[in-house]
Amino acid sequence: MRITQGTFSFLPDFTDEEIKAQIQYCLDRDWPIAIEYTDDPHPRNVYWDMFGMPLFDIRDPAAIMQTLTECKATFPNHYIRISGYDRSLGRATTALQFIVNRPANEPGFHVERQEMSDRRIRYTIRSYAADKPSGQRYE
Amino acid sequence: MAGSSNETPKSRWASGVAPYAEMGYYDADYQPKDTDILCAFRIVPQEGVDPIEAAAAVAGESSTATWTVVWTDRLTAHEHYQAKAYRVDPVPGTDQYIAYIAYDLDLFEEASIANLTSSIIGNVFGFKALKSLRLEDMRIPPIYTKTFQGPAHGIIMEREYLNKFGRPLLGATTKPKLGLSARNYGRVVYEALRGGLDFVKDDENINSQPFMRWRDRFLFCMEAVNKASAATGEIKGHYLNVTAGTMEEMYERAEFAKELGSVIIMIDLTIGYTAIQSMANWCRKNGVILHLHRAGHSTYTRQKTHGISFRVISKWMRLAGVDHIHAGTIVGKLEGDPNSVQGFYATLRENKVAPNPVQGLYFEQDWASMPGVMPVASGGIHAGQIHQLLHYLGEDVVMQFGGGTIGHPDGIAEGAAANRVAIEAMIQARNEGRDYLNEGPEILERAARWSPSLAKALEIWKDITFDYASTDMPDVMVTPS
Repeated sequence: MRITQGTFSFLPDFTDEEIKAQIQYCLDRDWPIAIEYTDDPHPRNVYWDMFGMPLFDIRDPAAIMQTLTECKATFPNHYIRISGYDRSLGRATTALQFIVNRPANEPGFHVERQEMSDRRIRYTIRSYAADKPSGQRYE
Repeated sequence: MAGSSNETPKSRWASGVAPYAEMGYYDADYQPKDTDILCAFRIVPQEGVDPIEAAAAVAGESSTATWTVVWTDRLTAHEHYQAKAYRVDPVPGTDQYIAYIAYDLDLFEEASIANLTSSIIGNVFGFKALKSLRLEDMRIPPIYTKTFQGPAHGIIMEREYLNKFGRPLLGATTKPKLGLSARNYGRVVYEALRGGLDFVKDDENINSQPFMRWRDRFLFCMEAVNKASAATGEIKGHYLNVTAGTMEEMYERAEFAKELGSVIIMIDLTIGYTAIQSMANWCRKNGVILHLHRAGHSTYTRQKTHGISFRVISKWMRLAGVDHIHAGTIVGKLEGDPNSVQGFYATLRENKVAPNPVQGLYFEQDWASMPGVMPVASGGIHAGQIHQLLHYLGEDVVMQFGGGTIGHPDGIAEGAAANRVAIEAMIQARNEGRDYLNEGPEILERAARWSPSLAKALEIWKDITFDYASTDMPDVMVTPS
């Protein structure tokens, strides 16, 4: 399966040039870029690990691409996403967020159904990969 | 002024009928206070009725007046409680006038749309001296706004909760809207969500009919939602419509939706303003997003000279506290002049909205940081219009493709994927600085080369447009340059 979180998961994976264009779009709007990675892609895993601090002061997309390259080299088989953050009054939220790296094999999720009374079912979504400890999940 | 005479002016308090304008309901020198609620009414007086007197009558009957002088006014600080028409402008080339009326804040109960509307639209719309009357816009001062809860979550919280950023959300209404069994209904929900939509929706009239009772629908839909979420790794939702005959019944359905883990429920505008406020409070308290279907609104929003503009309904619903509201598509099958619809969207989403005659916005509106409502574009839209939809409606919107998903020749999931590919390709192009409005068809054609589902969607719906003249347009037009 292919996890389709993020703004562009239905498109073919972006080339570096395409990633750079999206970074430029964010920087043009004063949205600092953050790079995050995870090996727990559960849809409710909000806090992916930060690859360093958000790049508040870096205005050069090439420098951000360099940091992304380092992140990919460190975590080649993790999910990596890029976010543009809009701190403006009334927003103060992520403005754009897209996956730029993913494991070669994405085993996906299992739906666990706990059968309760009166036909009710309590659902739990569990990532197959997350059964293993963090760091050993997508090897 | 109608009703004036050359005789000795009679006392303000002489028994009998006196012109409203002379009773204090018209004051051309009145300076509206920052705390006043202001209204712009479009009035069409009967033949021979002076427009100023007509405006004063509206001010009078929507505040303290009745048809004749009453001595009991003298027991009150009546000058304070009287609404005041302070400006009456003719609309060039018509028999219409725009009357501006100011209401003191003390006329209204805090945090009650029912009270606000009972005053302002309660009595005046059937007034014989007027041929017709329309409430065009209202300025709600922050001091009154702050008495309302406002949207249970608002646009920002909804996006952070759903983990979806940078693009419009996509939805569909299950079709056929009536007649499916709960089990088959859930199949539509599952296919559409797994294919790529974020939301599927009950239609306004899906409540609890013999062919599908509400509890069965909720159970099957949540199976579909969870299964689709696992298939995609995304948070998915189905607007479970809890509209019912009583509040007790609605609360029971909402509680059940929450218990099953639904991120969102829905209600219809037909349940009434107080019920909407109650459900919004419930949704804030229980962490469930609230979708409002504007069922029935066209009975009073569509005609230009009588009723209530939808921009006013938009304001009331933001105060009442819904998170989503259907607000027009511009390009789809339902009424919606582009400028007016953009005015509704601004009213719902922005924090400070400037007056804009082209969009039909008569007043500045300061929402005092009340969260925005996510507008929903639904009704006769398809993937081939994505560039226009994005251009007119922007990013903070739910685009709902019912027929445009379920009618796809290769199936519902393929229809959903077509819409998702189309919007993502268009966002990419926009962010890259492309002139996506003009190059839209070409951008879609390129994406269709690697997306067979989009290719099929474009092929089947490419020539479908709904070009009819709008019945409701602002007076001020932009001159094409």
